[in-house]
Amino acid sequence: MPAPNASPDTAAGWMQNPVRLLVEQASYAYSVSDREAPDFTLGPVTFSARQREIVGILGANASGKSTLLRLLSGEFKALSGRIELDGTPPGQLPLRERAQRIALVHQESTLLFPLRVWEYVLQGRYPYGQRLRFENEADCLLAGNALEQVGAKALLDRRMSQLSGGERQRVILARALAQQPRLLLLDEPTRSLDIGGKVELMRRLRRLAEENRYTAVVVTHELNLAAEFFDSIVLLQRGKCLASGKPADVYRRELLEQAFETTLDVETNASGRPRVILRGDADMDALEANPDAAKESPSL
Amino acid sequence: MRPLTPRRIAGICVALGGALFVVVVFSLQVGAYPIGVRDVVMTLVRGAIGHWNNVPPSDRLVVFGLRLPRIALGILVGAALSVSGASFQALLRNPLADPYVLGVSSGAALGAILALAWFPHAEWTMQAMAFLGALITIAAVYFLGRRGGQIDSTTLLLAGIITASFLSAIIMFLMTTLSGRDLRGMAFWLMGDLTTPPAISLGFLFVILLIAIGAIYTTSSDLNLILTGEQEAHHLGVNVPRVKLVVYVGASLLTGLAVSVSGAIGYVGLLIPHVMRMLFGSDYRVLIPASAIGGAIAVVLADTLARTIVAPTELPVGAMTAAIGAPVFIYLLRRRLA
Repeated sequence: MPAPNASPDTAAGWMQNPVRLLVEQASYAYSVSDREAPDFTLGPVTFSARQREIVGILGANASGKSTLLRLLSGEFKALSGRIELDGTPPGQLPLRERAQRIALVHQESTLLFPLRVWEYVLQGRYPYGQRLRFENEADCLLAGNALEQVGAKALLDRRMSQLSGGERQRVILARALAQQPRLLLLDEPTRSLDIGGKVELMRRLRRLAEENRYTAVVVTHELNLAAEFFDSIVLLQRGKCLASGKPADVYRRELLEQAFETTLDVETNASGRPRVILRGDADMDALEANPDAAKESPSL
Repeated sequence: MRPLTPRRIAGICVALGGALFVVVVFSLQVGAYPIGVRDVVMTLVRGAIGHWNNVPPSDRLVVFGLRLPRIALGILVGAALSVSGASFQALLRNPLADPYVLGVSSGAALGAILALAWFPHAEWTMQAMAFLGALITIAAVYFLGRRGGQIDSTTLLLAGIITASFLSAIIMFLMTTLSGRDLRGMAFWLMGDLTTPPAISLGFLFVILLIAIGAIYTTSSDLNLILTGEQEAHHLGVNVPRVKLVVYVGASLLTGLAVSVSGAIGYVGLLIPHVMRMLFGSDYRVLIPASAIGGAIAVVLADTLARTIVAPTELPVGAMTAAIGAPVFIYLLRRRLA
């Protein structure tokens, strides 16, 4: 297995920044009925991440990305292997305590009744208190800060239903930040954003990871953005972990082609990060005519 | 940012309580034997402190003997139905849910009609059998509506609708066997009616309803989160299956009790929560108490109209709530679409 990426690449840095999220040979099986063979199996998956690191989970549809995310969140219990957040398996934590450490941002769900942005973000403070609770000033301060961090302070009094897709995404992220998590899980956060919005969100995630020192795991279909902004990548195909490690190690043409079952090409950009290029039929013909070009894989 | 505080909830409750008091005084005044506002208030105050001298016996009889018990029943039923409706709207994640959507009222009606057929001379059996019918329906719908060992909102809704429709078929069949007098009684009961005094004491009814509403209220923070999505709520630390069970049992009990003593009064449980949402916001911590008092106001007002509008004939209160409720519902619906 490739070594996990650590931002401070010195021995001292490693000591100060121990592994926060550890996933070792974790697997999961999903079946409709107990008597039949599982309909879907995931794993075994191995990777780890430290504070301030962002891990991308990539793979085609139905490759088990969201399942892996729910395993990490503690919602699903791993069949074998181990998953630990700061040494504790998330599934063993009581719900509230878990919600104080792990925040999961879902693909957005519909709201039934009108809700203001600040009411929504304050919900992130729910894990900190009694079951029937009223928010205090500290909660408001934290919710306000969370909105400020995502650049949505001005939306405070707007109704959730009046927000644009990008604004909504930021507010949903703010609710997760209000949970003050150590581990932030995001399920396709860039869905329904335009390209500008996607890049902005990725920059924001990067900056927030630095400021708030959380570890983030992001399920995404954005290959190039993931390569550009994330520290490591887990590549899944039909529940199997094809590769995990630094983007440059995972972004190999044959691996990506296998994972996404399409023809594409990988090159290295100026900053040394890999970049995926889709190939049309004409390009493939040209490649076949000149096979040397295809052998150029990123050398990092 | 103006987070909800217990103080604001108390303020809203006091304001609504004041409105309820005004409605109660109005309801005590009007009728075949009109009493002035001053006399009503004096009778109430003197009655409360036990000084009966200076109170005309007829005032005492009309206020304390006739009108007040009926008003008290209306308050209890209105509060129960309205809280039940608000709860089902959250539990089923459906703004069109009302207390009867899961078939509890049909079960109660079947119980009542069986009582009419089997024990035609004992009035209390009708309410007892109605409550029994409601309980059996609650249990049946719960077991039909489970998926993977816990309540699934969609399955529960479908199970409730099917159960209600099946029970209605049986009720229609049994109605054809009733005599003319029983049929009229049954029709009143199906519409909702406050003329029959409850078989159990009002105090006892009040305590049970208060416990059920209190149990639902303890989950109000959780319901707020469940309304933004069950998965989200789970990941924010809400024990979703537990909350759903508490709310299902609590709300069903409220409906079962209300229907047993007054029949199925329509529209209150559907509309009052929406009106309260428009006035005070969607937060269940304020919505549940506000709905309780709002529902009480609505039923008392509707019953006052029902017994005075074509006096000396009395309409069933359900006819009144439907006549007012349907246009209000259409207005809300159009507003929502606009």
